[in-house]
Amino acid sequence: MTRRPPILSILIALIGAAFFLVPLIATFNFSLRMKRGELSFAAYRSVFESDTFLSVLSFSAVASLMAIVLGILIVVPTAYWVRLRLPRMRPVIEFLSLMPLIIPPVVLVFGYVRIYGTSSILPLTMTQMGTNILLVIGYVVLSIPYMYRAIDNGMASIDIATLTEAAESLGASRLRTIAVVIFPNVQSAIVSGAFLTFSISMGEFVITSLLNRPAFGPYLVQMGQDFAYQPSALAIMAFVFTWVCMVLMELFATRKPGQRLLPWFVRRTVQKGKL
Amino acid sequence: MPFLLFALLFLILPVLYLVNGAFQTPDGRYSLETMLSLSAPEIASSYLLSIQLSLASAAMGTVFGLVLGYTLLLGGLPGWVRRAFMTFSGVASNFAGVPLAFAFIATLGRLGLVTLVLRDIFGINIYAAGFTLFSFWGLALTYLYFQLPLMVLMITPALEGLRPEWREAAESLGASRKQYLTRVALPLLAPSVLGCFLLLFANAFGTLATIYALTSANFPVVPIVLFQQIRGNVLYNPNLGYALAVGMILIMGLTNTLYFILRRRAERWQK
Repeated sequence: MTRRPPILSILIALIGAAFFLVPLIATFNFSLRMKRGELSFAAYRSVFESDTFLSVLSFSAVASLMAIVLGILIVVPTAYWVRLRLPRMRPVIEFLSLMPLIIPPVVLVFGYVRIYGTSSILPLTMTQMGTNILLVIGYVVLSIPYMYRAIDNGMASIDIATLTEAAESLGASRLRTIAVVIFPNVQSAIVSGAFLTFSISMGEFVITSLLNRPAFGPYLVQMGQDFAYQPSALAIMAFVFTWVCMVLMELFATRKPGQRLLPWFVRRTVQKGKL
Repeated sequence: MPFLLFALLFLILPVLYLVNGAFQTPDGRYSLETMLSLSAPEIASSYLLSIQLSLASAAMGTVFGLVLGYTLLLGGLPGWVRRAFMTFSGVASNFAGVPLAFAFIATLGRLGLVTLVLRDIFGINIYAAGFTLFSFWGLALTYLYFQLPLMVLMITPALEGLRPEWREAAESLGASRKQYLTRVALPLLAPSVLGCFLLLFANAFGTLATIYALTSANFPVVPIVLFQQIRGNVLYNPNLGYALAVGMILIMGLTNTLYFILRRRAERWQK
């Protein structure tokens, strides 16, 4: 086999790298230009100093975390049960878990505001709390394709049947089996799915905006309309945030079931403390 | 099962509600009238625009992503280049929505860095030449930022499935590089490539936030029209909104079904 001189390869890789990096460099450069004639982090400072930023950020963080918890509570028992007892249901559940990729969020939320709107049987959007619940549910739905995939993959790599039998022969109830035996074994998979969910729902715009929630997505759009330099700073922060979430997701997805969540040095200290 | 109940309440019922509404007139009579009114000029042109934009960005993503993916995997580049691109692709394919719009405004907007560099250093004023970021091609280029890396990630397994033996067999039979590519590699990759194209199409078709932030909702693709309709009845017919939504579901459903069929075919060659 002859090796092609990779000049063409290098050229293509360089063009690709330029396409990926130039917008980031341009955005970063732009974000530093708030003060005329000098490069400064003034735009970032201005973002961090605004109360709105902190309030929308915490609102989104809380909503995203709730979505992660709710998602785990729904997906883990389902994936477990389907693998253990209902393999025939598998295609149905898989199809359902992929449906959110087929139904665009704007369509989904349209259905929500009609079904759970003011004049319905379950008027969730009547109260602030109800709307918040609906928002969290929307985030859960958006994340289910990824969450289900991650957790199902995690379950594929452990022997559920044997673990369940062992737990049951020791007298554990079904709930206890899931909570104490299965859950810790798919922990990495869950955390991996959680980071993806987190990165999706933190900046979610469509559902959030149509439910009128004071969250990060609509705030970003508003900033884009009102300011020149702050949006670039926010875009850079969003990119870094996405990067961190993806790296953590990857880290946990490739972790083997036996491994602990904490790095070894933390683990050792904890164990020593216990002993 | 809680999952089934959840899916029923928040996935199936909302869709059924919209489908039901799409086949009714505003006074509650069942008829095809509402669905047929999708062919009204301004609605049909929205669908056309959406489809064109999705096709353009998906086609660019597919072609460039295939070229880049092939180069990274089989182009004889060092391993760290491939790993760097793969990691970056994972991030970039998830970097969409409003921040992406901001990034492109800072790059190719009227005062964007690239626009200014082209104007002041190379003497090319792209805005004077008729380009704007807020036009069809500007949007397609912005979409490419998440479409291209997505294609690289999705086509990688298929490229890895190209066995060196096939290439060696072709070469030992006297095939040139070009012949190997066009007669062996591309036909083998075709189902995967087409499948990825469909997914990219669907991905672009459902995109709303990026376009909303870029154009302040002034670009009438279907998701934007539907968004405005939900905000405040701009179509003067609530049922038309349902029909619009059902139209989107149909297009997304069709695209995804075709994708699954193609993926089955593609898997024949990947063991």
